Amino acid sequence: MSGKRAVIAGIGHTEFSQNSGRSTMQLAAEASLASIRDAGFSPAEVDGTVTFSMDTNDELALIRSLGVPMLRFCARTRGGGGGASATVQLAAAAVESGQADAVLVYRAFNERSGHRFGQPVQANPDPAWNWASPFSLNTPAKVYSLTFQRYMYEFGLTNEDFGRYTVVARDWASTNPNAQFFERPITLQDHQDSRWIVEPILRKLDCCLESDGGVALLITTAERAADHGSDAVPILGSSAIQLEGGHEMFAYYHDDLCEYPEGRVLGEQLYRQAGITAADIDVAMIYENFSPIVFLQLEAFGFCGRGEASDFIKDGHIGRGGSLPTNTNGGLLGEGYIHGMNNIVEGVRQLRGTSSNQISGAEHVLVSAGRSGIILGR
Amino acid sequence: MTTVRPPIFDFDDAFFWEGAKNHKLLIQQCGDCEVLRHPPTPICANCGSMNNQATESAGEGSILTWIISQHPTEPDAEPRIVILVQLDEGTRIVSNLIDVAPTHDQVLNDKRVEVCFVDYDGTVLPQFRLAEVQS
Ligand SMILES: [Zn+2]
Repeated sequence: MSGKRAVIAGIGHTEFSQNSGRSTMQLAAEASLASIRDAGFSPAEVDGTVTFSMDTNDELALIRSLGVPMLRFCARTRGGGGGASATVQLAAAAVESGQADAVLVYRAFNERSGHRFGQPVQANPDPAWNWASPFSLNTPAKVYSLTFQRYMYEFGLTNEDFGRYTVVARDWASTNPNAQFFERPITLQDHQDSRWIVEPILRKLDCCLESDGGVALLITTAERAADHGSDAVPILGSSAIQLEGGHEMFAYYHDDLCEYPEGRVLGEQLYRQAGITAADIDVAMIYENFSPIVFLQLEAFGFCGRGEASDFIKDGHIGRGGSLPTNTNGGLLGEGYIHGMNNIVEGVRQLRGTSSNQISGAEHVLVSAGRSGIILGR
Repeated sequence: MTTVRPPIFDFDDAFFWEGAKNHKLLIQQCGDCEVLRHPPTPICANCGSMNNQATESAGEGSILTWIISQHPTEPDAEPRIVILVQLDEGTRIVSNLIDVAPTHDQVLNDKRVEVCFVDYDGTVLPQFRLAEVQS
């Protein structure tokens, strides 16, 4: 491996909860400091930051908390949770090009006790909402369900099929002490007893958690990480795909409503960069704001064929002992919803051998946020 | 009574909402290469032209996908059926199906629909009804 290769050298996070009882800036700063220390760095060595378009934690306020004297690279990626893995792409590009030596990636919010993304929009945030909210598409659950319905219709699925994903996620979460649903596994019947959010498509247990918390990563080059004694995990591929006509909310204008074209192109990019195929992925971390999006991604990344995700899950592939352990931290339905960033932490842990649900011999982990993704590997 | 959240008029889509007020379903069309596009954009991605026009849709199409939106605006508001319509002209639009009970025990996918216009307290929206002829 080239010493110039970007690596994730440090990970940090707060607890994931329903009410953190402190400011989002404190969450961001705590997670950041933890990731810097985990990498064996000092704050004075950080010279770059990356976060999301929707993060409210100002970079300059953050570095005043951390004691970072100077930034020479400062970037934000678009698109909410879909950009989770794009943060790593930006940071990797910065350190591999020499624009920065050590880039802090962070994301923190009080998404449960403060502003809740799942609530109805009160005003159109941008013109794209003009083509939705006047017609009563006013929550993320409804906006996404409009595409999920066609997928269910096309392949003859019911909400029980989606429930089988949630059961697996909650099983993984039940043995992860960091998870909001630690020691709280569910049965399919529990899932079917949860209330409808968009009948007959999504129930409450198909929806991601709303969480308070912060996650941070420290990204640098392999040689710098080695100098600092970090337990570093190489980034073998990173990409973020936007397609003309596509949208992270209103995916209504692609020819085929039953596929996730950004995910398909993303998978092709990542496998090419890493020099591997879908069959080489040992653990998949797949962003799920809602359970059906896992189905679309399993198909998009080539783990199974079009319309086959339901059987793939039913046959046990994504659970314990399966061929593709998926969301081994419990995912965003089971561990917590830090906009997908917590899935990157789990990907790093799987390769360090420190996951609560360690998959022995894991060599390649895909961490997908649907339209952005990374492949981590040893 | 159904209340709706009014659109926020934007330079690029004002023509659409003006059209709706006049009970016309307008689709943006390039004045040079004649390609149709929705949602509207300021420049034609096909040829680079800024010569933007609008053509009136025949208002006929079929339902690609649909959901029932509970609590559509206010918690106690009547549910509405939201549909994604594939217009026969080739573009797609999100709208509502009216005059059909919002129940799950029906298959609305691929049903033929035709446009109508409803004034919701000053906001005129293109809406759809099931077409009499289902081909
Ligand atoms: Zn043109």
